[in-house]
Amino acid sequence: MAMGTFKVWRGDREKGEFREYKTDVSEGMVVLDAVHQIQAESAIDLAARWNCKAGKCGSCSAEINGMPKLMCMTQIADLPPGETVTIEPMKAFPLIRDLVTDVSWNYAVKKTIKKFSPRKPDAPDGTWRMQQEDIERVQEFRKCIECFLCQDVCHVLRDHHQHAEFMGPRFFVYTAALDMQPLDTEERIEHLKGEGGIGFCNITKCCTKVCPEEIKITDNAIIPLKERVVDEFYDPIKKLFRVFGGRR
Amino acid sequence: MAQYQSHEYDVLVIGAGGAGLRAAIEAATVPGIKVGLICKSLLGKAHTVMAEGGIAAALGNTDERDNWKVHFSDTMRGGQYVNNWRMAELHAREAPARVLELEAWGALFDRTKDGRILQRNFGGHKYPRLAHVGDRTGLEMIRTLQDHGIHQGITVHMEYTVVSLLKDGDRIAGCLAYERERGYFHTFKCKALVVATGGIGRAYKITSNSWECTGDGHTLAYDAGAELIDMEFVQFHPTGMVWPPSVRGILVTEGVRGEGGILKNKEGRRFMFDDIPDNYKAQTADNEEEGWRYTQGDKAARRPPELLTRDHVARCIVREIKAGRGSPHGGVFLDIAWIKQRIKDGEAHIKKKLPSMYHQFIKLANVDITKEPMEVGPTTHYVMGGVRVDGDTQMSNVPGLFAAGECAAGINGANRLGGNSLSDLLVFGKRAGEHAAKFAQQNGAGGKIDEAQIESAAKRVLEPFDRHGSADGPYQIQHALQEMMQELVGIVRTEEEMSRALVGLDDLNKKADLVAVQGNREYNPGWHTALDLHNLLTVSEAVTRSALLRKESRGGHFRADFEKKSDEWSKKNIILKKSGDGSMQISTAPIPEMPPELKQIIEEMK
Ligand SMILES: Cc1cc2nc3c(=O)[nH]c(=O)nc-3n(C[C@H](O)[C@H](O)[C@H](O)COP(=O)(O)OP(=O)(O)OC[C@H]3O[C@@H](n4cnc5c(N)ncnc54)[C@H](O)[C@@H]3O)c2cc1C
Ligand code: SF4
Ligand code: SF4
Ligand code: FES
Repeated sequence: MAMGTFKVWRGDREKGEFREYKTDVSEGMVVLDAVHQIQAESAIDLAARWNCKAGKCGSCSAEINGMPKLMCMTQIADLPPGETVTIEPMKAFPLIRDLVTDVSWNYAVKKTIKKFSPRKPDAPDGTWRMQQEDIERVQEFRKCIECFLCQDVCHVLRDHHQHAEFMGPRFFVYTAALDMQPLDTEERIEHLKGEGGIGFCNITKCCTKVCPEEIKITDNAIIPLKERVVDEFYDPIKKLFRVFGGRR
Repeated sequence: MAQYQSHEYDVLVIGAGGAGLRAAIEAATVPGIKVGLICKSLLGKAHTVMAEGGIAAALGNTDERDNWKVHFSDTMRGGQYVNNWRMAELHAREAPARVLELEAWGALFDRTKDGRILQRNFGGHKYPRLAHVGDRTGLEMIRTLQDHGIHQGITVHMEYTVVSLLKDGDRIAGCLAYERERGYFHTFKCKALVVATGGIGRAYKITSNSWECTGDGHTLAYDAGAELIDMEFVQFHPTGMVWPPSVRGILVTEGVRGEGGILKNKEGRRFMFDDIPDNYKAQTADNEEEGWRYTQGDKAARRPPELLTRDHVARCIVREIKAGRGSPHGGVFLDIAWIKQRIKDGEAHIKKKLPSMYHQFIKLANVDITKEPMEVGPTTHYVMGGVRVDGDTQMSNVPGLFAAGECAAGINGANRLGGNSLSDLLVFGKRAGEHAAKFAQQNGAGGKIDEAQIESAAKRVLEPFDRHGSADGPYQIQHALQEMMQELVGIVRTEEEMSRALVGLDDLNKKADLVAVQGNREYNPGWHTALDLHNLLTVSEAVTRSALLRKESRGGHFRADFEKKSDEWSKKNIILKKSGDGSMQISTAPIPEMPPELKQIIEEMK
């Protein structure tokens, strides 16, 4: 069994530093296993979130060697051999302790988005009919595990801290999932342009690159939404229509 | 005395998995009822998120012969008839409406050709019955409930851990919790309280369960005077990952077998054909061809033996491994890649039907399941036992204390069918929420909070910081317990081993009473682990004592020293209760007589 060296961020809201830990690395081990071993062996109070250990809950987000990743899905064998592994908390959110950040802002943002509101049922028994091919795109969006790694990497939040005027890629995906849901009847475009701040996104695609669910955030969600915003707000006929209270 | 921040609700729900969320949503629909929801993790991360295969409900979309009666009799047969038949009945009747309700709240299940909810085959279900979304059904369910729930005026306290229930005389009055982030205490006063805290899987070494599954609700309720029932019945899922070591126990969904996956030993033999129990013979294929046709929707075919109930499949796998016919890393082979011989575009088909399994194996085991077989072996998965509740209202014997979901018991009897948990969460989550709200309305001002109870609980919680060093840290004690339960109270049990486990539990309890932790109260996982020990030890003792008493084999409970089912034990359940001196009191209760209509259904479906 080989020994691995891990540089882990230890700190609270005020101050912090990297500390180095050594622990055994066995075949197939992921970064989260190393964190657990370090907790059991030498740093009992090392704070980290996790639940499923199988890439399904989106709790264990961190930055590994500077890359936003899920700790439970990152095999140590896939990192440069023999080199120290750096583990840090996400940067786009305030730190609570060690690897745990305060992600409550995301929950608040979600609440501002209008909820699903279906059309009348299609059948007398109160059910709907939908074809598989018509829901596939939305099912892609609904794979989202709310790990917030896309939020972490997006420069609008990470570097420019525009949390107040920009809801971030996760919530573009969320809005797109509602908007493209075949049964939904709600209107969310105005919110997207206003409070949602979709205009701040300049399509760098960094969010798509880090998404562990491989959701094509930019191509499949953001770009179509931007097109909808343009259609809705800058198309003179639609605009007139809007003024007179019509919907889509 | 110390002042803690206090909160007051009419209905307080502990747990934000499927059961807790559904209960909170239901209670919040009642005008004037103020609802609070507490969970240990962030919202949307509860264990329910990991469920894969689907939600069982007799919608009859994929096979119109299905209806609640068939579902009811499947559930009873799977549970070997020691289930709470009233719960099994309500569950089968109400599950379809609960699934359709999810669709009205935005869930997008996979579709049939005519645009309705598609259903898949699962072990022990006579017809394809599981509404699903690929193999991420739990995510769809929890996200739907979460996204609906946040608009219902429920107050959510995320990352709070409840450490004690508070009582006023007999009735429930509230609870004490600490905030994980800062470590501060909070007191909650309520008129009715629902525990929906999930399972106990972390009592075992090899488990599919997350860190949260430490039997908190079981223990909180038990400590508050509630009865536990059926605790000997623990489900070991036949297919967990076995290699590499770091992923041992992670679940491989039964959906793999539902889609045509087959189990083989190292000689390449489909060993499941070698042992088909008598009560399932009539429903099980006796050749490979018929089994395959079943998985592809041929209504005339019977199901392959891979889809027998979980307890049976798990034991067959253990038998192969013990006989030296296992795979290189101590499992057996599960092969879905072979279906490429039968369907064109097999590779794409597998990826579409089982995307997260594909992902999990490629990422964590470097195995491409469209090309090679997986190695699998049993993993601790689910506890059938839990808080004893009234079938209609979900109230325990403590007035005002309700339980729902995995931490409540009754519906599953000796063995749960796959897919019956998610539906259970919906059906009984709703019922618990409804009746808790009713209880709150009918019982006036609610109980008084007793400061002395708060102080003694708070003292216990903080003690680990005051101790200066202990021989064993919290993680060491937890690991020792997990090893022991796996070894001595696992899939195959004997009196001798379980008696040793009781001695071991005593010893671990003493160590847990002395455990010390370092650091401060802010997000300190060592401290959290230390506090979980009491819960894990309590449920482990409950499992062990019940399993010792039940001198027969039934469902998830298998005794090597009593291999057969006994008539006597088919008529009773085992009940545990905390006695005045703090010791665990064990007794049995006769199973109430089933009404003739239900008996008749079971006869007809035999
Ligand atoms: C990998 C996997 C796959 C599965 N697949 C299926 C499937 O396909 N179909 C099916 O029917 N079943 C399946 N199951 C079983 C099913 O998922 C669980 O039984 C079910 O989700 C349990 O739900 P619950 O609401 O009872 O509790 P959970 O979802 O476990 O939620 C418990 C909640 O209680 C909270 N909590 C616990 N203790 C405390 C405390 N002390 N203080 C505050 N909060 C607390 C937690 O934070 C959490 O929010 C699967 C299980 C696993 C592990
Ligand atoms: S594409 Fe847009 S949302 Fe995504 S990271 Fe770039 S700026 Fe942010
Ligand atoms: S869209 Fe992808 S990266 Fe963003 S939160 Fe969801 S799963 Fe994570
Ligand atoms: S622990 Fe769930 S995604 Fe990593």
